[in-house]
Amino acid sequence: MGLTLTWLSLLILIPLAGLFVKTAELSLSQFIDTVTSNRTLHALQISFGLAFAAALVNLVAGLLIVWALVRYRFPGRRIFDAIVDIPFALPTAVAGIALTTLFAQQGWLGAPLAALGIKVAFTPLGIFVAMIFIGIPFVVRTVQPVLIDLDVELEEAAACLGASRWQIITRVIIPSLTPAILTGFALAFARAVGEYGSVIFIAGNLPNVSEIAPLLIVIRLSEFRYADATAIAVVMLVASFLIIFLLNRLQRWAQIRALSVG
Amino acid sequence: MTIEVRNIIKRFGGFTALDNVDLRVETGELLALLGPSGSGKTTLLRIIAGLDWPDAGSVSFDGEDALARGAGERHVGFVFQHYALFRHMSVFENVAFGLRVQPRAIRKSEAQIKARVKDLLDLVQLDWLADRYPSQLSGGQRQRIALARALAIEPRILLLDEPFGALDAKVRKELRKWLRTLHEEIHVTSIFVTHDQEEALEVANRVVVMDKGKIEQIGSPGDVYEEPATAFVHGFIGESIVLPVEIRDGRVRLGDRELNLDSRDARPGPSKLFIRRHDLAVGPSGAGALEGAVKHVRAFGPTQRADILLSAVGEGTLIEIDAPRDRDLKPGDIVSLQPRRYRIFAEGA
Amino acid sequence: MTIATTTTPLPVAAKPVPLAKRDSRTEPRLVRGLIIGFALTFLTVFVVLPLVLVFAQAFSKGVRFYLTSLADPEALAAIWLTLVTAVISVGLNLIFGVAAAWAIAKFEFRGKTFLVTLIDLPFSVSPVISGLVFVLLFGAQGFVGPWLMAHGIHILFAVPAIVLATTFVTFPFVARELIPLMQEQGSQEEEAAISLGARGWQTFVKVTLPNIKWGLLYGVLLCNARAMGEFGAVSVVSGHIRGETNTMPLLVEILYNEYQLVASFAIASLLALLALVTLIAKTILESQIEEGRPHSDD
Repeated sequence: MGLTLTWLSLLILIPLAGLFVKTAELSLSQFIDTVTSNRTLHALQISFGLAFAAALVNLVAGLLIVWALVRYRFPGRRIFDAIVDIPFALPTAVAGIALTTLFAQQGWLGAPLAALGIKVAFTPLGIFVAMIFIGIPFVVRTVQPVLIDLDVELEEAAACLGASRWQIITRVIIPSLTPAILTGFALAFARAVGEYGSVIFIAGNLPNVSEIAPLLIVIRLSEFRYADATAIAVVMLVASFLIIFLLNRLQRWAQIRALSVG
Repeated sequence: MTIEVRNIIKRFGGFTALDNVDLRVETGELLALLGPSGSGKTTLLRIIAGLDWPDAGSVSFDGEDALARGAGERHVGFVFQHYALFRHMSVFENVAFGLRVQPRAIRKSEAQIKARVKDLLDLVQLDWLADRYPSQLSGGQRQRIALARALAIEPRILLLDEPFGALDAKVRKELRKWLRTLHEEIHVTSIFVTHDQEEALEVANRVVVMDKGKIEQIGSPGDVYEEPATAFVHGFIGESIVLPVEIRDGRVRLGDRELNLDSRDARPGPSKLFIRRHDLAVGPSGAGALEGAVKHVRAFGPTQRADILLSAVGEGTLIEIDAPRDRDLKPGDIVSLQPRRYRIFAEGA
Repeated sequence: MTIATTTTPLPVAAKPVPLAKRDSRTEPRLVRGLIIGFALTFLTVFVVLPLVLVFAQAFSKGVRFYLTSLADPEALAAIWLTLVTAVISVGLNLIFGVAAAWAIAKFEFRGKTFLVTLIDLPFSVSPVISGLVFVLLFGAQGFVGPWLMAHGIHILFAVPAIVLATTFVTFPFVARELIPLMQEQGSQEEEAAISLGARGWQTFVKVTLPNIKWGLLYGVLLCNARAMGEFGAVSVVSGHIRGETNTMPLLVEILYNEYQLVASFAIASLLALLALVTLIAKTILESQIEEGRPHSDD
């Protein structure tokens, strides 16, 4: 057990501590200058804003996908069920070049979209698409087991009490799934905020427009501006933890009221 | 509200859950559907509720076709074995649910809903739990809340599926009594499903005994206990001594011994003789229909229980009888046993 | 008592309505169709098409060109480095993942919750940040970088940093899979073995290991897939030295940026194949784990 703790601190704690120590090399005003520079603020805004939007899309789409996979029988259901995990298993660089080629102006989907005047690749919309891709499994895989285990008797009880299908879904089923939905949302969001590989190819990486925060860290590193890079990283970490913390609180609040009944 | 069930057939795949079932329930009755698991009792209840649909047959409430309506339109209160309370709602909201989902046109005002829920919680004597969540309640409390919730919609019929099945023995006994009292108060036509004969006999006005998708007997608790209509009912309700006998020339034979019993028009051939444990008069050797040696005596409570090895049947059959305490029984005694009451059913009936 | 059992008279239904329409336990056929249609379209657009595209692009100049791309010395070097990295990282995480899961599942100690949170950390941190911390440690301006340089030890922009970063990023997989499994199984069997005279190590090999083998394999599988495919963290620490510190995902990027699209997709197709094989194996393993799980009485 001592071994475990030692290993964990070696591998995880010390490097993370290093992050904060490095930031401390900057004076407070330098730190503020770095993280409030126009380019940094834009990058953070793009990463967090689009990740939030993508996680919202994943929440809705993921819920519908789970519903179809759990509640309905249709040909190919098991294959589609397995396919949900691909964004998780596919290396991000591969996903990045595949999505870019797919949505580029001559791409399979990019061409028809371009005809409609919609440009996806090399725009913020491309970042959004890549973040949706990467987040799909999170909502589906957290909600799916809960929906499978959801007692049908709850729905039957509601039906006997005169509730319509819509009322059953909105007042009984969705509230029962809420903790899982929030968890899935938080995971998808956290993943999308930090996502690098699948985003940088399709992003266009135009400073202030389509440059994500992780890329800005890489750029600062390649310029050997380590302290600047670290400052951005610290802001990202703190912001992500705050958001995850809040979501956890929200989830716990939802869970306390839904403690499993014997 | 009367319920009329006619010629109901329900199959699940190759399994016939209900095989041509007919049943009429009168207004204000408290009826028990009693049977072992797989007898179709829960399926019948769910069909009446609108949670399952029969393959054939009809269900009508006061003469109206109930099958044309969905579960939500039948005004039926359903209580589940595992309560099925909404975990994310407080007790109050659980009970109020049926009132809140009513169409806007007939929905009660918030004040009316509050008053109604309070009345119901008073009725189940749990008004002090209104703000709790289901996870904070005991099993018995949950079941009472589930009942209050079902009653909120002013059901015309109350259906309870193994309502006490998930509770421990003591709470179960309390709730039985409570349910009977409650029924006397609200007097709504009620059907409850149970596999526990004691529960059925103690709570219900009328008992329907089911087996393998068919109704074996319908009668008062006294009837089904004292006058079982079939071998199944005799075996299922109360404890019975069952002996393989043969009816020949109007006489009852056990092994090589002719018994001093009236065959009562039983058909000739192999049959089963059913006797309640306490329905055997113990006499001195040679005086009765059955004879055997006392093996073991246990005396407790108002009666004593004895194991007796019957001498007439093949290798010897060990039966357990209840005898009055004042009757002197010792291991080794040879005694005769004369059935005071008994039933004979043809083999396979 | 005023609990009325009023019998609201039901209006007589003019004609029977189709049962499915009245059943409030499922959605109308049209809604069902729409939901299934949406789910399948969404998954096809966002998941199936990109995957198909990888292979379509990889073979767009024929099989011969595909094989030539893979046989390129740079490609071979990248494949080799990826394999070596994966073997070492998975090996390390196997040992320490089991140790961490064992400690968490079978013992009570202070700071356990903290430990569990720590294990999850690499999941919730951007891979770029994971790479960054190693740059800070071992880089020229880093904490131990100057000392290492003075002694001629190369970690950053060399294989050791790639292995370290990969190990860091893939740390949670084995432990996370094992913790719930070991907690579920409890320690009764181990206690029984010990009471029968088994030593600690014997207990582990003969009792614990067989119980967790499928879960362990599952964790290793996912760990391996991520180790071979990790991009962000490795990209930051590798230095992109061609033929030396390029793993397969890094090579995919380089070739892509040099407009060698087909060659890039050829390498990518190998990684995609790895993902597919991992998924299939995962599906099979999941059924094995489900079977091995202690069944409840219901």
